[in-house]
Amino acid sequence: MTLFKIIFYFFEAVAAASALALIFTRNVFYGALLLITCLLAVAGLYVLSFAEFVAVTQIMVYAGGVLVLIIFGIMLTARLGEKPLVVEHSNLFAASIVGIALLTVLCLYLRVPYKSNSGTPAHSNGIETIGINILTEYLIPFEIAGLLLLIALIGAAVIASQKSGEV
Amino acid sequence: MIVPLEHLLYLGALLFCAGLLVAMTKRNAIMVLLGIELMLNAANINLIAFNQLYPDRLDGQMSALFVIVVAVCEAAVGLAIILGVYRNYQTSIPDQVDELKER
Repeated sequence: MTLFKIIFYFFEAVAAASALALIFTRNVFYGALLLITCLLAVAGLYVLSFAEFVAVTQIMVYAGGVLVLIIFGIMLTARLGEKPLVVEHSNLFAASIVGIALLTVLCLYLRVPYKSNSGTPAHSNGIETIGINILTEYLIPFEIAGLLLLIALIGAAVIASQKSGEV
Repeated sequence: MIVPLEHLLYLGALLFCAGLLVAMTKRNAIMVLLGIELMLNAANINLIAFNQLYPDRLDGQMSALFVIVVAVCEAAVGLAIILGVYRNYQTSIPDQVDELKER
């Protein structure tokens, strides 16, 4: 049992435990914090999978952006002075059947062993390769992604700032 | 690859099912949004895991980056819609927004 394995399974356990706790929690605020815990553990797994750039992006985007957005949303939709936002559960029976069945099917399908085609550890300079890829092979998707972000942010600002009197 | 690839894939499957359960059972729009984020991240785990099979290419990591961008857009627009609905209906429970439903 090397140190690598210990860290890897620690992150996996944290991610799985916080995802399972997210199912059972009834408080929206705890739900947001559990989601961020899960996503940060997944970022740790990305580092151990030689995807450092994706890991850093994940931490910056989720811990910096999405968490703040979600907490803003919780604060703005909860009436002040009342008890904390408590969520009811519905469709419990149907949802648990669907979830457990899907998990069973996926786990059965995953038992096919995957062979690595080369045992070499990954590229030594992944970030440099990603930078070159963004500006050559993936230039058009990258520009479209930037345009999509711009449109989405303008649309979000317009929708959220709409007065109730206007259309 | 020190740890077998399947262990990452099992985690991805578990996170996807957890996200699906959260999105189906919770009666609050923000919790549904959290479930969808969890499902998108489960897909990302698979992209990163299978990228390890081809160490000389980075297509999986690039796809994961674009998935993160789309997830952020979805979160921003979704929260804006939740705020708009809350302003008009004073609720953030999707089942209570049933003005067009036949009673």
